[in-house]
Amino acid sequence: MIQSIDYYAIAAPLILALAAGLVLVLDAFLPRRPYVRPGLGLVALAGVFGALGVVVSQALRGGAPLRTFCVPEGLAGPERAGLGALPPQGGPSGGGGAAAASSCSFVVDGFTLVLAGLVLLAGAVVVLLSMAELSDGEVPVGEWYFLLLCVLAGAVSLPAARDLIMLVVALELVSLPVFALTALRRYDGRASEAAVKLFLVSVVSTAVMLFGVSLLYGMTGTVYLDRLARTMREAVPQVIGGPGVEPVSTAGGAMATIGRTNDRWASFPDHASLQVSYDLPPVVTVAVVLVIAGFAFKVAAVPFHAWAADVYQGAPVPVAALLSVISKAAGFAGLILVLVAALGGQAATWAPIIAVLAALTMTAGNLLALRQRDAVRLLAWSSVAQSGYILAPLGVLTGEAMGASVAYLVFYAAMNLGAFTVVMLVSRRGGGGLDDYRGLVFRSPAAGLALAFFLVCLAGLPPGLAGLFAKIVVFREIVDGGGAWLAAVMAVNTVIGLYYYVAWAVRIFTPVRVPLDGTAGTAAGGGSAGTDGPPSGAGGASRGWLPVGAAIALAGLVAVAFSVAPQWVLDLVPGSFTGHG
Amino acid sequence: MSWLPVLLLAVPLAGAVALLAPSRMDAPSRGRLLRVHGLAVSGVTFALSAVLAATFDYGDPARVQFETDLAWIPGLDLRFHLGVDGISLPLVVLTALLTFLCFVYLCRGRADGPGQLLRPRAGGNRPRALVFTLLVLEVGMIGTFLALDLLLFFVFFEVVLIPMYFVIAVWGGRARRAAAVKFILYTLLGSVVLLLGLLIVWAQAGTLDMVALARAHGTGMSHSVQVVAFVAVGIGLAVKTPMWPLHTWLPDAHTEAPTVGSVLLAGVLLKMGTYGFARIAIPVLPDGAAAVAPWLGAFAVIGIIYGSLACLAQRDLKRMIAYSSIGHMGFVLLGFATLTPVGVNAALFGNIAHGLITGLLFFLAGAVKERYGTADMPALGGGMLSRLPHLGSLLTFACIASLGLPGLAGFWGEMLALLGAFDPAPGLSRPLFLVFMAVGGLGAVLTAAYFLVMLSRVTHGRPTETVHAPVLASSAVAGGSTGQGVAAPAEATGVVRAAGAGGGAHGSGTGGGARGGEPSGGGSGARAAGGGGFRDVMGHELAAWVPLVLLIVLFGLWPKALLLITDPVVRTFMGAP
Repeated sequence: MIQSIDYYAIAAPLILALAAGLVLVLDAFLPRRPYVRPGLGLVALAGVFGALGVVVSQALRGGAPLRTFCVPEGLAGPERAGLGALPPQGGPSGGGGAAAASSCSFVVDGFTLVLAGLVLLAGAVVVLLSMAELSDGEVPVGEWYFLLLCVLAGAVSLPAARDLIMLVVALELVSLPVFALTALRRYDGRASEAAVKLFLVSVVSTAVMLFGVSLLYGMTGTVYLDRLARTMREAVPQVIGGPGVEPVSTAGGAMATIGRTNDRWASFPDHASLQVSYDLPPVVTVAVVLVIAGFAFKVAAVPFHAWAADVYQGAPVPVAALLSVISKAAGFAGLILVLVAALGGQAATWAPIIAVLAALTMTAGNLLALRQRDAVRLLAWSSVAQSGYILAPLGVLTGEAMGASVAYLVFYAAMNLGAFTVVMLVSRRGGGGLDDYRGLVFRSPAAGLALAFFLVCLAGLPPGLAGLFAKIVVFREIVDGGGAWLAAVMAVNTVIGLYYYVAWAVRIFTPVRVPLDGTAGTAAGGGSAGTDGPPSGAGGASRGWLPVGAAIALAGLVAVAFSVAPQWVLDLVPGSFTGHG
Repeated sequence: MSWLPVLLLAVPLAGAVALLAPSRMDAPSRGRLLRVHGLAVSGVTFALSAVLAATFDYGDPARVQFETDLAWIPGLDLRFHLGVDGISLPLVVLTALLTFLCFVYLCRGRADGPGQLLRPRAGGNRPRALVFTLLVLEVGMIGTFLALDLLLFFVFFEVVLIPMYFVIAVWGGRARRAAAVKFILYTLLGSVVLLLGLLIVWAQAGTLDMVALARAHGTGMSHSVQVVAFVAVGIGLAVKTPMWPLHTWLPDAHTEAPTVGSVLLAGVLLKMGTYGFARIAIPVLPDGAAAVAPWLGAFAVIGIIYGSLACLAQRDLKRMIAYSSIGHMGFVLLGFATLTPVGVNAALFGNIAHGLITGLLFFLAGAVKERYGTADMPALGGGMLSRLPHLGSLLTFACIASLGLPGLAGFWGEMLALLGAFDPAPGLSRPLFLVFMAVGGLGAVLTAAYFLVMLSRVTHGRPTETVHAPVLASSAVAGGSTGQGVAAPAEATGVVRAAGAGGGAHGSGTGGGARGGEPSGGGSGARAAGGGGFRDVMGHELAAWVPLVLLIVLFGLWPKALLLITDPVVRTFMGAP
């Protein structure tokens, strides 16, 4: 059979991949001139915005979701003895690849578009930060943008993936280039250490996750998420045991009898899903736990969070931003896809696990962040804590949980990237400690105010309404779902988080302390003097100022827009996946 | 759709945003413009609130008037729903008035005296930031009283946190950082619990509209849900109020905050908590209120007694007034706990009265602290009536009003609250509330006791020369040096710092108390210590205080002016005829 490919559907990752190749070729063949470095950055930026244009046009298009790489119902996959691939229910659907009954690997629906848009906007900011980072000339520029665009291509195709293999491949495409990006600055011990740590953690997590994925495939005989969900749902009541059925020892045996009692159980969906957790073959639980563990590494959830601070600190700031937003968004997209789209029926198994993970993650992240003296380390732990908030709605059994998680993810991406842009600016002036932010608002008022705004957003207080509404969305889901204890834990965590965010924000407004010997009176003048003192140290400070400024402005505009009109985000966020039964 | 409530929010907000615009003016003219700006913006806001009060239909105060209802975030059911009725109108006017008076206090006069934070001063006084912060604070406070949507109420409730934090942390006293952190962590914890309670209400009732929720009287919510929601909402509001075991942030915050911060904190911010009880907790969750009311009453009377006893033990004037706030808020909460129209009316009356009286008290305590350089009562010495007759009499007046002398505003709130406790709502245990009443009455006596003790220590007696480093006496000298300093900041900083160091040396020579750390601290400590050249109440201070005095007398003599507006709303809320 020949698959027809809808190139419009896959245009976004395609453009990114082509841009990646183009950057590499241009770097190899262009003469070494000063304009090449920013030029390649602009090419990468153009690629990102081109992909973003495609995503926007897909979003405006409306209508049925785009699908491609489809397998019609008739080709249900290999008939594997005993492992119950579903028998075709209707006749084989017509020759068209995109028939409704078929399963597709690549679906562009609301979920895909929101996450792709998020990743691409974040990608634009990261490219801008990279242009500043690369202006020093210590890092090979073509390779950098090539790797960065590969990450973005992976992160854009991941939310569109609707089968396990594509999911894993896309996730690896997000992960692998990041090791190289982290270590690309040569002769930097910290960066190399971070890269090795990240590599080990990531590879282990991939292995764990692959094991879980293979178990899922082994049980159901399909890799498509929608078929997986269907198979699970239909198989389960059988295992619970209708009165006439012998208790069966293997999942396979259970699956074999689906056809017979299918109709009978179809009318009791609630009953079926209620009992799922008790009598599933244990192997399903193992698979679920393994898959969750794999993703928990990626999103730095407890107990797989320990790598975050060291890696964030060792990596260049743009890569840390990428890890904290793009890589995390990809991890959450995969997690949500697997949990909600494929294992939706097993919610009773995974929801309590996720709830406990969420509670532990936010608490550990916040407590560790309290003691940090380094801006990037603090952001690393704070982003661990924020992962907990994103996970929390998934820990209660409501229908809207996914929407709340995605909404929080979108708000979080804007706020956190914003904070990283200002950190980039300050770190280029030579200083990563929190005390280097003292009096920032007097040295560069715009950056200081922007950082204060982002931090207040992250803390979730007005005037950072974006963060406040994000928290309200999550709290509402938890309260609706009856997770009272989780809501209480999150409430306490919100207060802990506030402490370190505000402590940092206050430093921005505190005048720099001067020795009291009368000579340094002008510096103490603070607001009234208002001198824009020359940036201290760091010759690279002036170079690369423009892209960082643009990045701050972009993130700031988005965060302010989210604060004024959070409805935009809530409108975008999909209620459910299309294309899963 | 009415523009008036929107303008009440938009004017201070626009005034604050305008301050963000960069200006290239030199410091003195910028300072002058800033003073006019703050005064004008808060003045316009106050004028708008006066228009609101003038055009309010007093024939039907139970109806929500000037309603504005726009969709803001449909995804959260959050509507931009503003309106005014009989219980929010007095609070809106009070907020606008107190903010305006704060700006009058800051901006009038020569504006270079100590405590007048709008003077550009070496060391980062940041007048522009102060005006900005106060205006944002005003937006949050007025918005809280105007909001008719649960989440909108919560948003405005939160808006005040960050500005108040900065007011304390930047312009506060010596231990300001710790006090500010305590303030914000405590109140944020309360806010989060409040949010959870509001979300429970929303999840159960399916609407965020306060008017519809109050009309429903809790139908559609089971008893247990109401109790849980009431406890959550109540704890959230009780932190802000503050109720007895949750009060510990208040004394620190008040002691360290600058004068205007204390005035707004006591005068308005505490009212946000009690207003929440009247507007949300009691009408929306009547069953929960009935179940929790005995506890609320018990905590209230403990607060009354505790606040009074703590006041007796205080040495610091501002701290004492802060503890007295806890006692007065106890009376307000006792009024709510009775769940009778009389009690709730008393609580609302006590709310306003406390805002006026304690606002005045904190203005006066700030003035005392600026003159003497300390608010420590033993260090003040006594004999204020002979030394500073006008200030002393005003302080006496405010204390007498606060202890509840009949004929002044403080009386009615306490008396009616006790009356409400005498005859509580049908479902409540009468003997228990009789005990509450008796204990509350004892608290009223203790209140009188500590205020009289304070007056006898501070205002009466013979003036003693135990005070060091009076600040105001040196204002002429300090002002002069600032005048030069504008032209040559570096030089002026040197001058002031040198003078401060001299004062510090002198102070330590005469036994401590001088605060060399403050640049304008003791410019001429020697002269003051020798002659006591204090200045009595000044014009701008009088302008800020007289309106409060007049209102205290007015409401004391004619309590109906207020009760007539609140009573119909309360009866509607309580479902009473």
